[in-house]
Amino acid sequence: MSATTTPTTTSRAPLTGSGRRRAGSLAWHIGALAVLAVVLYPVLWLVGASFKPSKDIINGLQLFPGRPIFANFKNLADGIADIGIRTFFQNSLVYALGSVAGILLSCSLTAYAFARIRFAGRNTLFALMIGTLLLPYHVLLVPQYVMFQKLQLTNTYVPLLLGKYLATEAFFVFLMVQFMRNLPRELDEAARIDGCGHLRTYWSIVLPLCRPALITSAIFTFINAWNDFMGPLIYLNEPGKYTVSLGLMMFRDSDGVAANYGGMIAMSLVALLPVLLFFLTFQRYLIDGMATSGLKG
Amino acid sequence: MTLLKETPPDTRKARSAAPAAGKRRGRRENLAGYLFMSPWIAGFLLLTAGPMVASLYFAFTDYNLFNAPRWIGLDNFTRMFDDPRWRKSVQVTAEYVIIGTPLKLLLALGVALLLAQSRRGQAFYRAAFYAPSLIGASVSIGFVWRSLFSDHAIVDRLMSSAGIHAGGWVGNPDWILYCLVALTVWQFGAPMVIFLAGLKQVPRELYEAAEMDGAGPLRKFWSITLPMISPVLFFNVLLETIHSFQIFGSAYVVSNTYCGPADATLVYTCYLYQQGFKNSQMGFASAMAWMLLLAVALVTAVLFWSQKKWVHYAEDAR
Repeated sequence: MSATTTPTTTSRAPLTGSGRRRAGSLAWHIGALAVLAVVLYPVLWLVGASFKPSKDIINGLQLFPGRPIFANFKNLADGIADIGIRTFFQNSLVYALGSVAGILLSCSLTAYAFARIRFAGRNTLFALMIGTLLLPYHVLLVPQYVMFQKLQLTNTYVPLLLGKYLATEAFFVFLMVQFMRNLPRELDEAARIDGCGHLRTYWSIVLPLCRPALITSAIFTFINAWNDFMGPLIYLNEPGKYTVSLGLMMFRDSDGVAANYGGMIAMSLVALLPVLLFFLTFQRYLIDGMATSGLKG
Repeated sequence: MTLLKETPPDTRKARSAAPAAGKRRGRRENLAGYLFMSPWIAGFLLLTAGPMVASLYFAFTDYNLFNAPRWIGLDNFTRMFDDPRWRKSVQVTAEYVIIGTPLKLLLALGVALLLAQSRRGQAFYRAAFYAPSLIGASVSIGFVWRSLFSDHAIVDRLMSSAGIHAGGWVGNPDWILYCLVALTVWQFGAPMVIFLAGLKQVPRELYEAAEMDGAGPLRKFWSITLPMISPVLFFNVLLETIHSFQIFGSAYVVSNTYCGPADATLVYTCYLYQQGFKNSQMGFASAMAWMLLLAVALVTAVLFWSQKKWVHYAEDAR
């Protein structure tokens, strides 16, 4: 543990000798690689399986097929139940991007109020906001459904998106509050002396400086919406409106053995690609965002 | 959690110096604050507070969405306790939380301790181990899990070669819950990242002092690392426990939507979903949701109460 930073490693090393240090480093890499193998196996399996014929997917023990086939992906082009898979992707994209826009706007406005404006009742509201972080969503599930059903808004994207525009995701408000609080106060004062109101200060000064927090929130929101299953399952009932998660479910039979197993596996891979791509591009923002919100909580 | 600081005294002084102007500014600040907050306030009233009140009311009614709710007092709750499937769902969820959460956190802490020892490759491993936390809840991974744990698939073969013939876990009521446990443990990366950040904040001098006193690695872990990262440990335990109480998607997909076989993966939210959205028993589902809320509140309260005994915040430690 004491070896996290290089100086300590070198200060401890003279006593032990380089041979032992190399052995320790080897053991470290073996341990890390073993964990890596288990962590990556399911994903690599998915990649390999989508290039296998359906009958080899479960039983074939080879991770990657000797002779990869592309039939599974070609089948995908035909869509499922007369719906092109492009429809699912478009729907998911609308949901995900709509969520990102809503979260960025509503949560940053709320966070600005908490972090930069001194108004009566602020502490009470902040405590309430934190309280909703721990509230199980399922308590709200039934009454929200009843409400949207009475308003005839089920089978639309309104129930899925409305909360995103009303800052109900307290995690992101919290993340942005933490970030904004660390910006120097002198900025606001300088802006006020120059005649900026709060709206101007928020838009031209605080928001641009919050870019890292905004990016973290945007990526998490996109991925959460892309993966969301329960929301679409409850609110969408017309296959033409299905998101990728629900479209994927159409590939399975009632007995669970999909008629087109290869197609289902290939679709699973394609459905994951946007998330994996986002992760590879922005992993630093995601991990640092996770780490800081956890530490300061 | 940290609350906002009180208004510093300097503004109060300014206010008394120029009372009229200060009052006007205070009022303007209040107005601005509530305007900025208005989306959140609307959301809180419309999508959180309002539904909570409604849900509490529904919990005491017989309500199927088409007829008006009919007040039935505590019937939903007495029916719940007499319902063997409800009791089963409580048992399944409790098993899932009690087995899955500690395993996941132990692995997260173990791997974080491993990664903290070396900086070379740390960023790479940290990113790779974190990835499952982002994709683990997706339907895709649910299908992968179903496949990996089927009859004759990799897990079955490995177990058979070790002499355990359980067949596919997903078809076996005695094993399928462990398939879900494996799925949550696989997502150890998120708490691991938080542990790792906590480990980085432990002051080096403490270890050096302990080494001078002749402390071994175990002693150092027990007397320095563990107390120093206990706030982070507390945060992880709280969050992971609350989350795993609410597992839905993975159980639904891995068990092929019917939360079986033999209700073996009938986690609490699955039963809530079946009652509310398949059987239109909105009253019963609301009562179930409130029991879940009570359970989560109870666990949270116990954890917060216990933290006095085992969580050391930096201020006390120095």
